[in-house]
Amino acid sequence: MGLGVVNLRRMVTSIKSMAAGTAVKPMTADAADEIAAREFAIIVESHRRQIFRFLLASLRDVDLAETLTQECFLKAHRNWKHFRGDSSAMTWLMRIAINLQKDHWRNRRLQFWRHTQSNAVDVDEASDWLPNGERNAEQQILAKEQVAQVWKAVEGLSARQRTVFLLRYVEERELNEIARATGLSEGTVKAHLSRALGRVRAELRGKR
Amino acid sequence: MSWRNNLAEDIADPIVAGALKHFKASVDAWSEAVYSPPRTVLETTRRTWRLAASWALGCLLAAGSLGGTLYDRHVRRESARIAAIKAAEQKAALEHKAAVQPVTATIVARRQPTAMKHAASENEDLLATVDSDVSRQVPAAMEPLAQMMVSDGAN
Repeated sequence: MGLGVVNLRRMVTSIKSMAAGTAVKPMTADAADEIAAREFAIIVESHRRQIFRFLLASLRDVDLAETLTQECFLKAHRNWKHFRGDSSAMTWLMRIAINLQKDHWRNRRLQFWRHTQSNAVDVDEASDWLPNGERNAEQQILAKEQVAQVWKAVEGLSARQRTVFLLRYVEERELNEIARATGLSEGTVKAHLSRALGRVRAELRGKR
Repeated sequence: MSWRNNLAEDIADPIVAGALKHFKASVDAWSEAVYSPPRTVLETTRRTWRLAASWALGCLLAAGSLGGTLYDRHVRRESARIAAIKAAEQKAALEHKAAVQPVTATIVARRQPTAMKHAASENEDLLATVDSDVSRQVPAAMEPLAQMMVSDGAN
């Protein structure tokens, strides 16, 4: 889907350039806008769920995740004409979502004197969610315990480590994509990931 | 231990790998359960309603302004008509007055001597009647006095 969108964008860009040269049929601005709007609708449909999931895992707050997802796509829509397709649309959206999340935490830190009530669910509640696989009751309890331990480890991570960890193990992104989305080098991403995994491993081993 | 070995070890570790797998499954399940898709239908409906409402409002305003203009025009035209009628009436009245005045003056002027004559004859008649009514045959004893009056009148 991402490649398709990028190809479509390139096609639109080439058509626009051709139209500028008036070599072929000139494309009106309205037609170009309509194509861009269709493109963006495809982007929303295909990536909204993933962005929401990432924000939910990062914040553990359904309402806040929903709000930031909306903001993310609103921001993306405003800047859609500036997106050149150098990275995948998903990476671009992730970058916006990460920045929004950063802004949110920064604002909360600045507003520490205010009574800011967090709707974030606790680790135990978050670990209640498990799909009903073919596991027996004992395996389900064990899986739930493990999930709770991972959540605890994630809770103790720094914001950057948590972002990298979630992008890798929940969103299953490649290291280079994570690097682009976070604006870090691949080496730094690997280092953060290593520390995060060390923490998870320690949490799991501690409970064995 | 370098971070490369560490990563490789974590992937190889079945406990960590299993825990991460469960963690991902849990986040997926939670996200799916609470995810609300974008409400495009609601948005379309809202947009349609907004469009219909703006059209209705626009039509209402256009009709109102058109009606107002027409009414204003009608009122002005009616006022102008009434004013024209009044002016015409006044003009006609003035013209009538101007036309009637010399005739009246002529008639009055023509009728004046006749009336004076008529009035004089009426006076004469009246005096004659008075004379005939008032005058009496004087007694014989008053005859000399009557003779004197006649002679005075003759003188």
